[in-house]
Amino acid sequence: MTFVAKPEVHHPQLPLNEIGLNRRDYEGLVSTLCAGCGHDSVSAALIQACAELAIPPHRFAKLSGIGCSSKTPNYFLGNSHGFNAVHGRMPSVATGANLANRSLYCIGVSGDGDSASIGIGQFAHIVRRRINMLYIVDNNGTYGLTKGQFSATNDKGSTSKRGVPNLYEPIDLVSMALDIGAGFVARSFSGDKGQLVPLIKAGLMHRGFAFIDVISPCVAFNNHNGSTKSYEFTRSHAASVVAADFVSPHEEITADYGPGEREVVEMPDGSRLHLRKLEEDYDPHDRAGALTYLQQAALDGEVVTGLLYVDSDGTDCHEILDTVDTPLSVLGEAELCPGQAALDGINAGFR
Amino acid sequence: MRPLPVQFKMKVTDIGNPDYFHKVVDCQWGCPSHTPVPEYIRLIAQERYTEAYMVNWESNVFPGILGRTCDRPCEPVCRRVRTEEKPVAICRLKRVAADHKGDIRPYLPPVPKKKNGKRVALLGAGPASLAVARDLLPLGYEIDMFDRDPAGGGMMRSQIPAFRLPAEVLEEEVDLILDMGVNARFNYEISSMKEMLDMGYDAYFVGTGAPRGRDLDLPGRQESDAHISIGIDWLSSVAFGHIDSISGKVIVMGGGNTAMDCCRTSKRIGAESVTVVVRSAFHVMKASDWEKEEAMDENIPIVNNRPPKEFVHDNGKLKGVVFECVKPVEDENGRLNYVPTGEPDVYMECDHILMAIGQENHCPWIERDVGIEFDKWDCPVLDEVTFQTTHPKVFFGGDSAFGPENIIWASAHAHQAAISIHLMCQGKDVRRDRPPEGINLISQRMGVHEWSYDAEHDPAKRFIVPHANLSKALQNIKVEVELGFDRALGLKEAQRCLNCDIQTVFTDNLCIECDACVDICPMDCITFTDNGEETDLRSRLTAPAENLAQDLYVSGELGTGRVMVKDEDVCLHCGLCAERCPTAAWDMQKSVIHVPQLGTYPE
Repeated sequence: MTFVAKPEVHHPQLPLNEIGLNRRDYEGLVSTLCAGCGHDSVSAALIQACAELAIPPHRFAKLSGIGCSSKTPNYFLGNSHGFNAVHGRMPSVATGANLANRSLYCIGVSGDGDSASIGIGQFAHIVRRRINMLYIVDNNGTYGLTKGQFSATNDKGSTSKRGVPNLYEPIDLVSMALDIGAGFVARSFSGDKGQLVPLIKAGLMHRGFAFIDVISPCVAFNNHNGSTKSYEFTRSHAASVVAADFVSPHEEITADYGPGEREVVEMPDGSRLHLRKLEEDYDPHDRAGALTYLQQAALDGEVVTGLLYVDSDGTDCHEILDTVDTPLSVLGEAELCPGQAALDGINAGFR
Repeated sequence: MRPLPVQFKMKVTDIGNPDYFHKVVDCQWGCPSHTPVPEYIRLIAQERYTEAYMVNWESNVFPGILGRTCDRPCEPVCRRVRTEEKPVAICRLKRVAADHKGDIRPYLPPVPKKKNGKRVALLGAGPASLAVARDLLPLGYEIDMFDRDPAGGGMMRSQIPAFRLPAEVLEEEVDLILDMGVNARFNYEISSMKEMLDMGYDAYFVGTGAPRGRDLDLPGRQESDAHISIGIDWLSSVAFGHIDSISGKVIVMGGGNTAMDCCRTSKRIGAESVTVVVRSAFHVMKASDWEKEEAMDENIPIVNNRPPKEFVHDNGKLKGVVFECVKPVEDENGRLNYVPTGEPDVYMECDHILMAIGQENHCPWIERDVGIEFDKWDCPVLDEVTFQTTHPKVFFGGDSAFGPENIIWASAHAHQAAISIHLMCQGKDVRRDRPPEGINLISQRMGVHEWSYDAEHDPAKRFIVPHANLSKALQNIKVEVELGFDRALGLKEAQRCLNCDIQTVFTDNLCIECDACVDICPMDCITFTDNGEETDLRSRLTAPAENLAQDLYVSGELGTGRVMVKDEDVCLHCGLCAERCPTAAWDMQKSVIHVPQLGTYPE
């Protein structure tokens, strides 16, 4: 926990984005998490991604549940909307927020406890409903706030700080999200901003439910030798299968690719995703193949990272429900409550 | 990935080299005497004025005087200029320490009654000689000081007017040294070096300054001699009470601090009008910015780009000066050349001219056959480290060494010359046996989130020093114009210091590469990346490191094969990297730079 406040002064050459803000304008309050927590790096990656996208901070809605991860929305995007929900119930609130105002960019930040234990029911259903949002799980495999019990994503055989092994099979949220219809699924590592920042940008621009499972080590309780969610283990076992470079609509392509080395995925807002295959056998558009690959890699003790699945023609809940284009929040009372006659008409339709 | 060949990598930074962290403390590095500025500013913040004064006194010898008159080489290099805008008012804080100090006597070095048998002659009683005396007296040397003036202080007394440096401030610091046991021989006109050498001293220190003011040989100069004075001589006459008025219209020629002192003095002792005329452009004038500003605040016009052509007189009565009109043109090397504008010459009426166009070190009294070599510019040939002349017993320092500089240079020279004199008198080699520089690093961690220094960054703007009422100040030459910070303002200004001597020290084998320091650093100073050669590395840091004058701190190789690179340029020394580091790989450590000086190294 830091008691010295972060000074407001910034690097004299800190660049401004297209709307005249610098990266520091996207920060929040100073973090009260433990020093070295991976979650702070995830917040920093979010700050960088949002600043680079040049979206005004007040166009974001941050949503979270309970846990170390769920404290983090306080530490980024200080000038945006936010709601800190009940444990595991962030998906309901996010669904409501997105239905009410589809023009906001929704960022949900949850943890392995919040999403894979108490909130697993809600998690499953928000994936199914394809709410248009970026859902990040800061996954450290431990209950840090209650001092280091194994969480549901902790690998079997991985040990506690005192050397006691975990006896239960882990829940892999990536496989689950793939299985039940997420249109954008990625895994990354808090210690690799080069990979995480473009994924966040792409996830925010993806239409539909975008899920990023971020291995985010808990320095206090799960960063020891027996852990499979430590900085060292993740660095030495992470294998990126598909690299995604995010290119905003007005940005020139500066990366130098050889022929056939990349695939361009057009995003709804005109931005492009450049996918580079780092693993020959991996196809980021093959849902079933991805699932098999992930399961095999898990058996081999490999942590597969990168953009694992993207559905270029993804749909979202509003499309499925065929709602009006105008956000419900700005419709007048007359449109929202068309009166007894309209209700009678609807009721008549059911007779 | 295959490791990079050595030639494409930056070397691991050697923080054991005293210069590395010394350079990070820009003010201390920039100060010729290397005064530990942040250290005394912290003491001021703790209201320990006496200690703050002594930190200064030890290093620069004249804190009260310098706190009013220093040229402040520390301020333009202050990190605050790069992180925000205006430097910390370092010089005025020095004055705060001097103005509010208590009894310093308990802190003064004892001077032994029993002398060591060595006698040293100091020629001149200015800052350089006084500082040499101060360094040598505690070691038992017998010191004889010779000066033509009736009192000690040299140019500090004769050329700095009382409205900038009150007599009591000057006398206090001069007397402090004289009272340590100097045998002062004032009113002693030194006319022959041979004669001095015959007196059989073990060592001689020449600190006679740069006492010859330059003159201009233009038409009419000789004829109007009665109305033209050399600036420094005139200021000296005012200081010693030989002149107490000037009348009519006065033109001051020159753009240095002497010119500023001449014009402001004239205005105070009766000039009807005063104008400063400078041959060069305003921005290249030698005077300190604040001296120019204060002259202008006193409504003294400064006319630039006007080289004089002729002194106009009527039978020896000065009437005015004809000036040419030129403009500065920058050549391809960035040097200014002055070309005529084509405008007609300008005639300015005046009754008196003060010539302040520079001064020279000049030693006509040193015979050229006593073993002291002079170069083609008639300057003594000196060893730049030892200040020894070609005569092994004769040393130079202050303005007489390399020409006119500020007082702070005199004390810097004096420390080195005193070391040389001491080594020579002890039969040691003045070059080889010099004490080395050193550095101590001391952790400032007091607890989990506690540092022994005030790490928090204060965004306050530079505070303005209050001035005396202008009309009152202009009536009396003895009224000091700057009033100095009072305690409250001094405390506020002290908070602006970034504590650049509290260093960010990185221990590579403790780092787990969690990025916490990168994320928290408000100035984007820290990067974890693959090593490379310097130009390449500078271009791919979190924020590009474009200030080549500031070093990169490069760690040894980390677990991932990367290195930590920190750009020292705009680090706030806020300690957040150390605060957020889970493994204490970052620590905030105070660097204490040991600048060799007599008395700081036990014999």
